[in-house]
Amino acid sequence: MKDMSEGYVTADGRQIGGVLMEMKNITLRFGGVVAIKDISFDIRDGEIRAIIGPNGAGKSSMLNVISGFYVPTEGEVWFKGVRRGPMKPYQVARLGVARTFQNIALFDGMTVLDNIMTGRLTRMKAGLLSQALWYGAAEREEIAHREKVERIIDFLEIQNIRKTPVGRLPYGLKKRVELARALAAEPKLLLLDEPMAGMNVEEKEDMSRFILDLNDEFGTTIVLIEHDMGVVMDLSDRVVVMDYGRKIGDGPPEEVRNNQDVIDAYLGVAHD
Amino acid sequence: MPDQLVYAMEVTLNGLMAGVMYSLVALGFVLIFKASGIFNYAQGVLALFAALTLVGLQQGQVPFAHLINAVFGTDLHHFGWHLPAVVAIALTAGVMVLMAIAVEKLVLKHLVNQAPIILFMATIGLAYFLEGFGDVMWGADIKKLDVGLPQGISETIESVTADWFGYGFFIDNLDIVATVVAVALVTALTVFSQYSKQGRALRAVADDHQAALSVGISLRFIWVLVWSIAGFVALVAGIMWGTKSGVQFSLSLIALKALPVLMLGGFTSIPGAIVGGLIIGVGEKLFEFSIGPMIGGATENWFAYMLALLFLVFRPQGLFGERIIERV
Repeated sequence: MKDMSEGYVTADGRQIGGVLMEMKNITLRFGGVVAIKDISFDIRDGEIRAIIGPNGAGKSSMLNVISGFYVPTEGEVWFKGVRRGPMKPYQVARLGVARTFQNIALFDGMTVLDNIMTGRLTRMKAGLLSQALWYGAAEREEIAHREKVERIIDFLEIQNIRKTPVGRLPYGLKKRVELARALAAEPKLLLLDEPMAGMNVEEKEDMSRFILDLNDEFGTTIVLIEHDMGVVMDLSDRVVVMDYGRKIGDGPPEEVRNNQDVIDAYLGVAHD
Repeated sequence: MPDQLVYAMEVTLNGLMAGVMYSLVALGFVLIFKASGIFNYAQGVLALFAALTLVGLQQGQVPFAHLINAVFGTDLHHFGWHLPAVVAIALTAGVMVLMAIAVEKLVLKHLVNQAPIILFMATIGLAYFLEGFGDVMWGADIKKLDVGLPQGISETIESVTADWFGYGFFIDNLDIVATVVAVALVTALTVFSQYSKQGRALRAVADDHQAALSVGISLRFIWVLVWSIAGFVALVAGIMWGTKSGVQFSLSLIALKALPVLMLGGFTSIPGAIVGGLIIGVGEKLFEFSIGPMIGGATENWFAYMLALLFLVFRPQGLFGERIIERV
């Protein structure tokens, strides 16, 4: 394996930077169940990193560790060269890690626009008192945030539903709104938990295009979990493969594809 | 104009004013229900506790005087000061914020992700605790609350209506103040929840905890904020009701009057709390005025509940509540 400490250049010629996040010997236990067993990998600035594996492999658990929803039982999480102590999810979010959920978690009662605006909460400065006293300043800030949000709305092509309450939208669009909300935070690291689950081919193509474009345009580092192997191979720069909580493969898609352990895990060879 | 119609108008006006007083209590319920899905049984006791604290601070009562005297054999009762109403109200608001922090730290924090019924039970516990705590802290005797609000018949309205209709309406000044305060409070709360950063965060938390966390909202901060606001609304309700009928245990029972208001207006709507209050206020006064004499009076005791029952049958989500439709 080549040395990648100074970053690398992808197959399609994008320059990938140094290590943005590093997971060191992460173990996660729930009582007696071991969900993740001693896994280490890194995520580099600007890359699209996929985590794949059969059902129950611990992919979502790993994503939850990254986003702070789970605190690892053992191991260290390093972000931007600093070791991250035990943190609440909202604190991790404020560090610049945004995410979407496997089973869409949107604010159903709010409009699309309001949902996306909540993504900017961490970026809003005006406090309670100043909002009350200097209404003008708060209004200017709101307008500035609205402009950012409108750009994301244009980018994801959801202009025509911006005033619709989210609860009324079909599944595919909800997924897109959730992505928009995560993007609104202008995250350094974007975590996508099965962004294409339950979508038809056309919707999958749209979503793939958005993921590639936003990585390209905003330089956002992306970690995604996905079942569709074709999609993963097309999108990602490097892939972590998990099975039964262990890491069984890590590398560029074509390398992982030819890895015997990975083939076994996917084709269901008996574990001895 | 026929006499009956003029009387009915007076009754309606009085009903509207009484309704505002109900709305003030209902508002506290709605705030907490909206933000956390908890029906806060302790809201009435919060109002009682706020009023007790206000009177105590204003008159310079020594908190826990009975307890201290019993333990140390002292004879403390008063600090000997008398605070201006504004200062006492500000201090009481501070106490309500402290209480919100305590409730979050001691109760809610430990009940994250529990079923609503568990949280509801916790607020029942909280209600009984606060009731006793208020007693021990400030004593159980009936107190008079006077923060300088005008009381008694409004001369202006009486003389104006006397000119118009030849009959002077009896409208209590306190009710007029309550109406103005309620309008201001509702406006402020609506603006806050719709347009401020924290308001948006609050609506987000009410909708989905996980999603709220993922966009960087601290649940604990929002809960403290919501309970502080509910505490403040309780203080306002406590001031109005305390001025009207004295500060005593029965003050906490006004919560029962808020229940039908909530069923009418919907548990999740701030304007609903106001409209619901007004409908109940006017409804029960007009019913008593028109039908009451035929069936022996005292209809005000049950009219509100009967109306709420009818609403439950035909529009269970209330006038402004969110209709819950499960997708299957």
